[in-house]
Amino acid sequence: MAMLEVKDLQVYYGVIQAIKGISFEVNQGEIVTLIGANGAGKTTTMQSIMGLVPIKSGTVTYEGQVINKVPCHKIVKLGMTQVPEGRRIFQELTVYQNLLMGAFTEKDKKKIKNDIEEIYTRFPRLGERKNQIAGTLSGGEQQMLAMGRAMMSHPKLLMLDEPSMGLSPLLVDQVFDIIKDFHKSGTTILLVEQNAGKSLAISDRAYVLENGKIAFSGTGAELMESEDIKKAYLGG
Amino acid sequence: MFMTTFIDGLSLGSIYALIALGYTMVYGIAKMLNFAHGDIIMVGAYAILTTLNLGGHPVLAAIAAIIICTAMGVITEKVAYKPLRGASPLAVLITAIGVSYLLQSVAQLIFGSKSQTVTIGNYGTVNLGSAQVSVATLLTLLIGAIIMISLQLFVKKTRLGRAMLAVSEDRGAAQLMGVNVNMIITTTFAIGSALAAFASLFYLMQIPSVSPTLGAMPGIKAFTAAVIGGIGSIPGAMLGGMLLGVVEKISLSIPVLAPYTTAVEFALLIVILLVRPIGLLGKKRREKV
Repeated sequence: MAMLEVKDLQVYYGVIQAIKGISFEVNQGEIVTLIGANGAGKTTTMQSIMGLVPIKSGTVTYEGQVINKVPCHKIVKLGMTQVPEGRRIFQELTVYQNLLMGAFTEKDKKKIKNDIEEIYTRFPRLGERKNQIAGTLSGGEQQMLAMGRAMMSHPKLLMLDEPSMGLSPLLVDQVFDIIKDFHKSGTTILLVEQNAGKSLAISDRAYVLENGKIAFSGTGAELMESEDIKKAYLGG
Repeated sequence: MFMTTFIDGLSLGSIYALIALGYTMVYGIAKMLNFAHGDIIMVGAYAILTTLNLGGHPVLAAIAAIIICTAMGVITEKVAYKPLRGASPLAVLITAIGVSYLLQSVAQLIFGSKSQTVTIGNYGTVNLGSAQVSVATLLTLLIGAIIMISLQLFVKKTRLGRAMLAVSEDRGAAQLMGVNVNMIITTTFAIGSALAAFASLFYLMQIPSVSPTLGAMPGIKAFTAAVIGGIGSIPGAMLGGMLLGVVEKISLSIPVLAPYTTAVEFALLIVILLVRPIGLLGKKRREKV
């Protein structure tokens, strides 16, 4: 049984259909990528899975439970969370307070403290700036904070929406290293990316989204070899 | 002489600030202007009046006001605003105005439209250096300061307070942290209404008269204070309230300006918004890309 199963998902914004019946699945331990151009429906798909955008029809099943109507904060408690597009850290809170927000569902103070120490070890920059207002961090640091914050809830399934957006090539490499780290430590990953090359390289499987529909799917390696994908997403 | 006016101003200002906090917190977290907030003060005032008429101690009256205002705030949110989550801001605004009239009409049905006098204890005056200040004024200032400091500590230092700041800044991201936004909105209405209960107590200590439309003027002044300070900002509401209170008392103490005091206050609003459209401590919201 798949960890996350999306079946014939349809999502509307008013009268406009953003997602036109897509199906895909993520198995435990995998890295799965959704790639696609701007406006293909990647972010909408993620948000509807998390309950932030209402689902018109179809089902989203997580660990055997249909979660279409489950509110977002309860989905987080089930062990799934998301690093949203554009990072969306809490700009007016400090780095430390942002990490505490990441642990909102955790009641054990000692565990929270240890987890934060672990994040500071993994991202020394965040430790150095723990009392700084997060809005003053650089883009790269904000991305680290967003990822650290998501890890605070120890998700079983982590979704990342365009984590490499707006970052320098060096930082992009770092972000992908972190994703691989998370994966190694046992987190299943669903990745949404425009950077198709890098994401396909670390993915077990991938789906290509075009105009709200899945156009292709296959293993990361298969899609990297496909002429169509090369032309459309990998720059020839 | 000036010191007396200034301290009176700060005291009136803390009443405005307590009410302004309700406006600003609800605006920040629920993204709506709760125009019925002023009428919660009126509800609190009738709660105090009724308790005192039944022979209750002023402290008991204050507790009754806090309980009834908090309940009223939470109920109006559940009944009137929650069903409109996601509706257009205009629909919510009109509903809030409707709730305001509803509360006033119900109060008129129960208590009649004539204003009634209410005396909460008996207060003398004390001399602070050159200033002569009433004990009621000092109590207002002191308790108001304690409440506002506690609120700041609550928001900055507790898990729930942090969640309120997070929801205020980015509702979607807060939900992704596992925050139940509906619960946070309810909490915000409860806190705002409890603060309004304190405001009604202090207001009656200065102007001992209760009528169904009692909340209108302090409500609109406090809303002005919230906008002056930067709507959505908690320290802004405190600063705006204090500033407006001091300006009001100073204007009242100058014979030429006294009849135009309300105009002076709204002129202050206009000038501040012309110079700084987001209010004194308002933060520019970052545009989402």
